[in-house]
Amino acid sequence: MSQTKTKTAPKTGETSDERRINMIEAINDALDIMLERDPDVIVMGEDVGYFGGVFRCTAGLQEKHGKTRVFDTPISECGIIGVAVGMGAYGLRPVPEIQFADYIYPGLDQLISEAARLRYRSANDYIAPMTVRSPFGGGIFGGQTHSQSPEAIFTHVSGLKTVIPSTPYDAKGLLISAIEDNDPVIFFEPKRIYNGPFSGYYDKPVEPWKRHKDSVVPEGYYKIPLGKARTVTDGEELTILAYGTMVHVAEAVCREKGVEAHILDLRTLVPLDIEAIEASVRKTGRCLIVHEATRTSGFGAELSALVTERCFYHLEAPVERVTGFDTPYPHSLEWAYFPGPVRIGEAIDKILSE
Amino acid sequence: MADRAEDAGKGGNKPALSLHVPEPKYRPGDAVDYSDLDVGEPGKQPRPDEACDPSEMRDLAYGLVRVLGDDNKAHGPWDPKLDAETLRTMLGHMALVRAFDERMFRGQRQGKTSFYMKCTGEEATSVAASMALASDDMVFPSYRQQGVLIARGYPLVEMINQIYSNKGDKLKGRQLPIMYSSREHSFFSISGNLATQTPQAVGWAMASAIKGDSRIAATWVGEGSTAEGDFHSACTFATVYNAPVILNVINNQWAISSFSGFAGAERTTFAARALGYGLAGLRVDGNDALACFAAQRWAANRARANAGPTLIEYFTYRAEGHSTSDDPSGYRSAQEREEWPLGDPVMRLKRHLIELGEWDEERQEKMDAECAERVKAATKEAEKNGILGHGLHHPFHTMFEDVYEELPWHLEEQAAQAIREREIKWPEGRPQGGKA
Repeated sequence: MSQTKTKTAPKTGETSDERRINMIEAINDALDIMLERDPDVIVMGEDVGYFGGVFRCTAGLQEKHGKTRVFDTPISECGIIGVAVGMGAYGLRPVPEIQFADYIYPGLDQLISEAARLRYRSANDYIAPMTVRSPFGGGIFGGQTHSQSPEAIFTHVSGLKTVIPSTPYDAKGLLISAIEDNDPVIFFEPKRIYNGPFSGYYDKPVEPWKRHKDSVVPEGYYKIPLGKARTVTDGEELTILAYGTMVHVAEAVCREKGVEAHILDLRTLVPLDIEAIEASVRKTGRCLIVHEATRTSGFGAELSALVTERCFYHLEAPVERVTGFDTPYPHSLEWAYFPGPVRIGEAIDKILSE
Repeated sequence: MADRAEDAGKGGNKPALSLHVPEPKYRPGDAVDYSDLDVGEPGKQPRPDEACDPSEMRDLAYGLVRVLGDDNKAHGPWDPKLDAETLRTMLGHMALVRAFDERMFRGQRQGKTSFYMKCTGEEATSVAASMALASDDMVFPSYRQQGVLIARGYPLVEMINQIYSNKGDKLKGRQLPIMYSSREHSFFSISGNLATQTPQAVGWAMASAIKGDSRIAATWVGEGSTAEGDFHSACTFATVYNAPVILNVINNQWAISSFSGFAGAERTTFAARALGYGLAGLRVDGNDALACFAAQRWAANRARANAGPTLIEYFTYRAEGHSTSDDPSGYRSAQEREEWPLGDPVMRLKRHLIELGEWDEERQEKMDAECAERVKAATKEAEKNGILGHGLHHPFHTMFEDVYEELPWHLEEQAAQAIREREIKWPEGRPQGGKA
């Protein structure tokens, strides 16, 4: 896959405090900093050790921090999550990686029945302060098992937090927050935008991160709080709720159509920034929800319900959802499946015409 | 399709395949005959060096380590040579577990709680085994290791508070009875999901090794649950990282109504699985407290010396129903318990102590009476905090706490709703003590 090459940060040489890096490097940076700061942080997963990960997110970390801090695991997702729960019970802060979100399912029992409920069922005797990192999302010709967006499975589980960054700056700050958080966090990394933001126009060359303002990532430690959305663009015409890759696609569509939307990058799905959502929808009176995941019972349904329940008298049009279709993720028909500019554009026209 | 059904052996003249569905030897009403069960002779099994290569343990994984003979004496190299005081303590813990089980089972029948599970016949596998560990070695139990808590001195009142889900319950009434948790006693929170604790124990042991600690982990799982994928993961991770962990498999012959054949016991032993993983494997008489202690101590020494993990199968018998919700007369012969060739663990240890001249029937009777009295007193004490469904529970708001470290807005909203509902249901305040 084309995502697996970059290693060193592309220095633009503009100014020393304007270090520009891509999302892979930002994640690597966050892990490096947390391994350095906290001796209880452990990074593990399939191919993450010596090799540095199939997406290079853990490159160089084993060499720097040692084999007992950063190591390869057997190919066993239930084992990876299971031992991470045990390590958390001991007092470590494990950061396991699941190579693709599509392969997290063998670890679901450990995540849902154990990690998510440990604090509750033991009344705080034991906790699971772990961060499960996993590349997710489509748009890379990954077919059925390298493209899925299973976030709704996790947002449905009480006790888990679900975080999805959309820029290098956020990826680093959110990952550091997730690792320091004492609750289990599912940290989904949109692999389509590891190397650059994606407009949805798959036939155009990929933009590199270095031309995007949010690729300026400070050196050292900083945090972005979980549970806080980010305003991507401020506008009055409608509210767009999105996360991950779709933030960039929605932004490109609005730019092209000349629509002034208030785009909220949710960043954390649970706990959700309901205040930001309510404030925006009450201002615009119109709401579009965009995600790659399949439609039925997707996270968009929860968002739509919340907006309808809490902003009903401010709405001037029905809440719309633009999502993936209710099919497994196809290979050859990827761009017919992907909720791209045409589908988003149609939905915007419909909302604005009401 | 009719054509094909008549076409015996669908591959032309190749023989028709047949599916083997295991069937236990004895069903309700059957006469039980265990004479072909080879339990070996006490004292005959070699005790290899604790740092030995797993490949040297092949015979131990198929045999049965036994110490206590029919002559009530300890035999062979596995005799842990415990002093009389320790043996009496062990017997005392086992007797207390039995008394506790009796009373709690009755408590469930009297409607004081919803559920209970006894470990009758398996007391040695938790009491004796855990006594071979250090008190701060971490234990990842299944739901039938109440003996570990009792051996570690966990207060009976706390156990009963949990079983009654009352206002004294440290788990705030959130967990099904017997799903104990005590960090203070290095006893991991019990989960209803089977075998999940096994890779967790391995992870804890890995963490201890990462930190250069000296503590080890031990986990207990039933033979039925060894069929879960988690158990395979646990064995793999344990061996890959040479984790200081002991994987205890309690083979009590039954997983609810399914006999051990449904976990693969018709073809091999559970200890023999260790061989394929490169783990040390031991198979012991689970009703022989001395053998249970000795095997656990062997494995603990091995783990502590960085010599690697061990899988121990305890060959025992689940003497009672699976739980208060189960009636074993529906699927197995009542004679099995009476005919079980390895006897009763409490009786065998008692007779050994009497044989040593360190015990007698009179002291046993007195001890049994004291155990019953202790449990009764603890029950009365716990009942002051309420029994299930009688109003003395934790406040409504606690239902929403500890889902996360801090309460997110949506749980605050839901908590407010629950409290509002309470005010509508009981405008005068909820009746305390009466049926709600």
